[in-house]
Amino acid sequence: MTVNGATQSHDVEPRLLLVHYLREVLGLTGTNVGCDTSSCGACTVLWDGESVKSCTVLAVQADGAELTTIEGLAPGPDRMHPVQEAFREHHGLQCGYCTPGMVLAAVSFLRENPNPTEREVRHGIEGNLCRCTGYHNIVESILAAAAGGAGGAGAS
Amino acid sequence: MIPAKFDYERAASVESAVRLLATYGEDAKLLAGGHSLLPLMKLRLARPSVLVDIGRLRELSYVRDEGSWVSVGALTRHRDVETSDVLRASVPLLAAAAAEVGDPQVRHRGTIGGSLAHGDPASDLPAVVLALSATLVVHGPSGVREIPASEFFAGFLETALADDEVLTEIRIPKATAGAGGWSFQKFNRRAQDWAIVGVAAARFNGGSSVPAGVALVNMATTPVRATAVESALAGGASAAEAAAHAADGLEPPSDLNASPDYRRHLATVLVRRALEEAGFS
Repeated sequence: MTVNGATQSHDVEPRLLLVHYLREVLGLTGTNVGCDTSSCGACTVLWDGESVKSCTVLAVQADGAELTTIEGLAPGPDRMHPVQEAFREHHGLQCGYCTPGMVLAAVSFLRENPNPTEREVRHGIEGNLCRCTGYHNIVESILAAAAGGAGGAGAS
Repeated sequence: MIPAKFDYERAASVESAVRLLATYGEDAKLLAGGHSLLPLMKLRLARPSVLVDIGRLRELSYVRDEGSWVSVGALTRHRDVETSDVLRASVPLLAAAAAEVGDPQVRHRGTIGGSLAHGDPASDLPAVVLALSATLVVHGPSGVREIPASEFFAGFLETALADDEVLTEIRIPKATAGAGGWSFQKFNRRAQDWAIVGVAAARFNGGSSVPAGVALVNMATTPVRATAVESALAGGASAAEAAAHAADGLEPPSDLNASPDYRRHLATVLVRRALEEAGFS
């Protein structure tokens, strides 16, 4: 598979979950394990540009897929992705645990709906939980990213 | 949580999936999107010794207008059902219900066939195919057979599928697709939760002995059609009168979310709303 633009090839046990492959085999620990029951979205990654919960995917299922984790989202070391920039600007995080999943869910959502209403944003991140309950600024961040044209950039 | 050990086989075609299932028998399970099966395996409530992965069979992902019916490939993802122009135009109930399944991440992976084959009475789409009088197309070692949705759900998480059969297509007749009006009601507390009670209703423009198909989510050990409601409508009852029969003969489950009595009450309220939204007065 391709992860953040780099080709990866490993022999793994069939039961290895994608999130554990990313964290333990590739060392990409930006993808968090939260509830481990497909509810909280902390483990969200992009699969061919679409958000998926990597705790509910086997690594072998993603054979051949193109994956993006939070480590691979920014266009370069000195530049953040517009959605990341919007989260920073609008303080879209408190403890930060849900943030990688939130950001990637937002990137996927804005790709499908580049000009959302606030209500659509709230629906769009219904697969992600913030236990700090910091939703207000997260929604503000996503709306700001949309206003800045992140839906187009998010497709990159 | 880590699933118990299993062997992994990747099917190259429907025929190879059937062969693999025939080889491994009841110890094997099909893997499509995995969003019903993998959570159960992580909890070790399911421990198949072999997974046959059919997730790459792109030829089973399609929506086709076939004239008098619409065909949906079993591996069509919820997201693709939700956004299909053909379904939005001809079977809007199915497209709308698919948009309510789980959350966006789940809809990017989960498939209509996987959801139906799982046979969960608390899932949304089984009730929808019941309300729509859909036909399920199944491939097995001796060929293809068609199963009416009304005969597909056999028990709790059990279906009419044999161990060596693969659900390949869902056919929805346009006559019962809800051209006269439709509604999907889902009552839950959080987006990802199963419905505490749900209702799928499709109003027909003739072509059926009853004026509507009405089916219920999470009101029995299987997804179930609300036949007493349909009969009352056929007999000329109003939406409210028909809805009063929503829980007739049903033994709804009891869990942390709701008692059986609460579910019975909820069913009558939601069926009334569904019938009114579908155009009954």
